[in-house]
Amino acid sequence: MQISGAQMVIEALIAEGVDTIFGYPGGAIMNVYDEIYKQNNFEHILTRHEQAAVHAAEGYSKASGKVGVAMITSGPGFTNAVTGLADAYMDSIPLVVISGQVPMSLIGTDAFQEIDAVGISRSCTKHNYLVTDARDLARVLKEAFYIASSGRPGPVHVDIPKDVTAQIAEFDYSVELQLETYKPHTKGNPRQIKKAMEAIAKARRPLFYLGGGIVNSNAAYEVRELVRKTGIPAVETFMARGVLSHDDDLLISMLGMHGSYAANMAMSETDLVIGLGARFDDRVTGKLSEFAKNAGVIHVDIDPASISKLVNADYPIVGDIKNVVNEMLELSSLVNPAKYSSWRETIRNFDELHPLTYHEDTDRLKPQWVIERVGELLGDSANISTDVGQHQMWTAQFYPFSRPRQWISSGGLGTMGFGFPAAIGVKAASPEKISINFTGDGSILMNCQELMTAVERKLPVINIILNNNYLGMVRQWQTLFYDKRHSETDLSVQPDFVKLAEAFGGIGYRVNTKEEFDAALKDAVEKNIVAFIEVIIERLENVMPMVPSGGSLFNMMLLEKKEKK
Amino acid sequence: MQDENARRVISVIVVNEASVLSRITDLFSGRGYNITSLTVAPIPDSRYSRLTIVTSGSIRVIEQITKQLHKLIPVLKVYEHADLVEKEMALIKFPISENITDIATLCAAYNGKIANVGDNVIIAMVADEPKRIDNFLKIINKYNPKEIVRSGAVALER
Repeated sequence: MQISGAQMVIEALIAEGVDTIFGYPGGAIMNVYDEIYKQNNFEHILTRHEQAAVHAAEGYSKASGKVGVAMITSGPGFTNAVTGLADAYMDSIPLVVISGQVPMSLIGTDAFQEIDAVGISRSCTKHNYLVTDARDLARVLKEAFYIASSGRPGPVHVDIPKDVTAQIAEFDYSVELQLETYKPHTKGNPRQIKKAMEAIAKARRPLFYLGGGIVNSNAAYEVRELVRKTGIPAVETFMARGVLSHDDDLLISMLGMHGSYAANMAMSETDLVIGLGARFDDRVTGKLSEFAKNAGVIHVDIDPASISKLVNADYPIVGDIKNVVNEMLELSSLVNPAKYSSWRETIRNFDELHPLTYHEDTDRLKPQWVIERVGELLGDSANISTDVGQHQMWTAQFYPFSRPRQWISSGGLGTMGFGFPAAIGVKAASPEKISINFTGDGSILMNCQELMTAVERKLPVINIILNNNYLGMVRQWQTLFYDKRHSETDLSVQPDFVKLAEAFGGIGYRVNTKEEFDAALKDAVEKNIVAFIEVIIERLENVMPMVPSGGSLFNMMLLEKKEKK
Repeated sequence: MQDENARRVISVIVVNEASVLSRITDLFSGRGYNITSLTVAPIPDSRYSRLTIVTSGSIRVIEQITKQLHKLIPVLKVYEHADLVEKEMALIKFPISENITDIATLCAAYNGKIANVGDNVIIAMVADEPKRIDNFLKIINKYNPKEIVRSGAVALER
């Protein structure tokens, strides 16, 4: 059929089964927005900033497992979206981000709102396209969705000049994809898998090291079965929270810079690391030369570039986690769970020696209590997003996650301002769950304009602002490593968060006590409108344990011992 | 011990399309790595081009770059050459006053010849292994070369 480039974009989104997109209109993308106006096949959610549109698409994607879609205009619209692209790239989130561009005839002339968008997005996307002819649009958009969601997922950026969206051409979305140069390797080598299982059977202190790739591969339930059948203890990375349920006996906890003592010690003592969809990030490994020093390494990942990038893999397996784990399950009879009972005992002792806990020894509320309390009250019924900083680490440590895709946070890039718009996307994807965003007094101000989106579209995100009047994580480093010189981290001057929420038509609470917190959370859940719950917390609380940057995992700064919390 | 900064030759087969060159060079520049030489030309009767990249770096870094190159969507194949035939071409401009017979004889020893003689200049060409080209350029220094152009290496696995 002969249609305009703008219509092609709409037709492609419909063909891909897209039900919700996030975006912000502007000059160069107006032709497409005109077609959005005329259709009823999918929802467009207008965010109040392009960065938020991409974060919302990320939240939507992470909660639903589908490709997130964001639409923006050229120039500043695009540059605002770059942080979102980079965030999705670092955390392997499948997105298609469509931007308008100035007309072909004006490209390279410093035209109004012109920027070399594909030049900028090249290094922070899985792939990108500048579409110079509407006849290419069907193929490009089809490739974009396929590339975003296959292999190691990631964001794909499609830049479309305004005259291309106006151009009339033939459109046929049934075109066959011809990507000879892109063939992700999804099936693990059976011989290598067998060797790995034999190594596991031989090991005395094996340890599962579970990463976010398991969530991307929708393999959490298979991994749960593998862990249970083998009886091998497991640590989770930050990105993998929820892969195992918090009440699984074999789950030690999160490892890494703010991992638990037991998790980090287990990693230091293990003789065989079984890495599944994890990438040995520097925040996980600490000092590389001391990381799992005496252990062999099995590394399963869909991205060959992740294998032996930082830690040499003795058993590299390139493949989709789900396929590989299913094959491992078939060989699980090789492994005798009883063999590891003393290893499990050792880990239990580590955990008893220094459990992941905190002291309630101040008048002000402790942030960890707030997070545990939300877990007690809402548990599985909530999806949990966060911003970036201390509150994020406390949430990763203390929230009782029970399922994959319950946990949505910016891991790789560490983007302050991610949480609120992401939680909006999460709510749009799974309206039946309560959408909680744990945030800090620093982070929330980086995208607080999204109150307007949440109010307008009735996406009642509950933002729990853990307010210590500090840019807390930087303050913690300054306290510990910069001799308490708190350079530019004191946030004593703040807005009235209650009034701020109210000004946009949301609801605000300021709480100082446990009773007030319970009442506020109950009220916010019942009222079902967007909320700010500002919790005044202990100002100088640190995230513990902590492996100082570049230190060895087993050299942790620990919570001071006191008698019972 | 592996030489931390050994010379490496990488060939990359890519879809012949706009922006593919920047995708590849970005991988080097983003890591602060220098490309010593780079040649690109279409592969006859196909939609692919072949790039030959000469660079230097540790095995680990080059292995990473090779894997990252593979990850690029338009990249078909990446070879990090060990056993290869490598050739490079150079054009050299001499003043007409220099001894053309000497120059021609030298060129012949390096798979070359006089390519052009004009009113004021002699242009010679040679094609040989990059190391031998280095040698050649040292030797011809005494003939006062006015300008030298090197093509960068092309290579084929044996």
